[in-house]
Amino acid sequence: MTTVVTPPTPPAAGSARGVRAPGLRTAPPRPARRRPGRRGLAVVANAVAVVFGLAWLFPVYWMLNTAFLTDRQIQQRIPVLFPVGGTGSHFAQVLSSPAFWSAMRMSLAIALVVVLGAMVFGFFASLALSRFRFRGRTQLIVAVLVVQMIPAEALFISQYRMLDGWGLLNSVAGMSLLYLGASIPFTIWMLKGFVDGVPVELEEAAMLDGCSRMGAFLRITFPLLGSGLVASSIFAFLASWNEYTLALVALTSDDARTLPLWLTSFSGQNQVTDWGAIMAGSTLMAVPVVILFMTVQKRMASGLTAGAVK
Amino acid sequence: MSLVLRRRPPARRAAVPLSSRSDRRLALLLLVPATATVLLALGYPLVRQLGMSFQRFGLEQQFGRPPEFVGLANYSAMLTDPTFWAVLGRSVGFCLLVAAITMAVGTAAALLLTACSRPVAVAVQVVMLLAWAMPVLSSLQVFQWMFDSRSGVVDHTLAALGFEQMLGFNWFAQPSTFFAVAGLLVTWMSVPLVVFMVYAAVTQIDTSVLEAAALDGAGPAQTFRHVVAPSIAPVLALVTLLQIIWDLRVFTQFHVLQSNGGITEQTNVLGTFIYQVGLAGGDYGSASAAAMLLLLLTLLIAARYIALLLKEPA
Repeated sequence: MTTVVTPPTPPAAGSARGVRAPGLRTAPPRPARRRPGRRGLAVVANAVAVVFGLAWLFPVYWMLNTAFLTDRQIQQRIPVLFPVGGTGSHFAQVLSSPAFWSAMRMSLAIALVVVLGAMVFGFFASLALSRFRFRGRTQLIVAVLVVQMIPAEALFISQYRMLDGWGLLNSVAGMSLLYLGASIPFTIWMLKGFVDGVPVELEEAAMLDGCSRMGAFLRITFPLLGSGLVASSIFAFLASWNEYTLALVALTSDDARTLPLWLTSFSGQNQVTDWGAIMAGSTLMAVPVVILFMTVQKRMASGLTAGAVK
Repeated sequence: MSLVLRRRPPARRAAVPLSSRSDRRLALLLLVPATATVLLALGYPLVRQLGMSFQRFGLEQQFGRPPEFVGLANYSAMLTDPTFWAVLGRSVGFCLLVAAITMAVGTAAALLLTACSRPVAVAVQVVMLLAWAMPVLSSLQVFQWMFDSRSGVVDHTLAALGFEQMLGFNWFAQPSTFFAVAGLLVTWMSVPLVVFMVYAAVTQIDTSVLEAAALDGAGPAQTFRHVVAPSIAPVLALVTLLQIIWDLRVFTQFHVLQSNGGITEQTNVLGTFIYQVGLAGGDYGSASAAAMLLLLLTLLIAARYIALLLKEPA
């Protein structure tokens, strides 16, 4: 993968140290007068950072807080800041709703097809791009990057008509096809980086011992890609799990909703919005995502710049 | 964390020999499943959409009337329609403004992290990761709830701060506040990536260079301008382009927020406009033309981005 930030300046020397108050640290003269200045700066920096962190944390906190409040607390004139005397009833309400489980099944089925398909097809294609030199290879790599930049909005009209024509609206197959089209390119791009990292000599040794080329790929290279396959799978999973735009277009029936569509189906009706249940649903949708996200966070930036899920 | 940017030594395009004939055949075979799937999911719709954009393709055609070839009529109708220009202006304006704010806040936060103590920096990074991980739909629901006009925390807080008229204020009922909330949401979602990328770039600056700058008497401002900024400039360029590309495609956020207000016409951006003309209005020809224009716009920006991305050694 495109790891390592190497600035144009000389290579960084084991530098997780960070740059603390550049300019102040080693200014040699007047050290006695500088010291309080430096401490003052650190205090201000810490204070601003804490405020910034709290501001960014607030929406997440507010989701959890509201999910645990009682309906009476939610509708109070003064917002209740802590879920004291709260309730788990909103979670119970969501977890006992058939619509939630139907959406969960749909989301999982689609994600499963997408992850498996993207991994198998992406693995094959990344082998071709990493191990062989053929005409059009560079163009193909550029195409892989270009395709990822296409916004769903630019094609969904036509994709809707295509699925409609084939009778694949509201189906796992149709939805998976569209998601595969979006996931395969970034899977290829990510896996290619990992295949590049496996020494080709290992395959050659296996071939000397009588393995076929394909056999060497499957027996030698494939097992060495473990972490790459896990990371790419999580990317493909998250992309499919969080996707809304194409699902809105391709899944028009209430029974075929995925979780993102189910979550929006709460609002938009005329009755009083049930914010407690919506926040509980939002939390339930976010929990697996946050857990998976943490496991791949190190690769997240590189994956994202390659155009994967936002 | 990663990304980027070593200036590649002047391209020495060594002619790498082609693989053997049998290997090339294997490569082709390996590429077939992925290529075929992408062509089916994206390529075929693209070709059909291009075709539709040259046709009169409305409701009648959906019920069997053969579409009529109209050449560039859809495009010229679109490009002379003030509604389209209003939508385009709104999209581009929103995108550039939000991308600029995101970059400014994200870069400032990354520099701030280098100046504060370690526990605080780690805590802020955990928060960033959390905000980044939130599914867009969950974030959307939380922001709608926070800005709810009946019991939303924002209205109540503003009222408590003395802005009594804000109690019961409906943010989604007029374009200016609608865009403010949408922009806030998109910024909230996008800042973490910028923080991480810029922070990674800043912490990789060689400390001896910074010390040398200090020895030469450079103050913080000068150090930033002459040492830090040039070092992180490539990362900034890349992330800025990425933000612009992303902030052009905000269909999800706008479509969901629009369900609150009933002012769809005045808040449409390109994605929601195409959706309304095509899928809701049934005018596939015009919608296809608008979609092709959106595609063109995105690819122009993406070309620059990909050129930057490929500069790093493969």
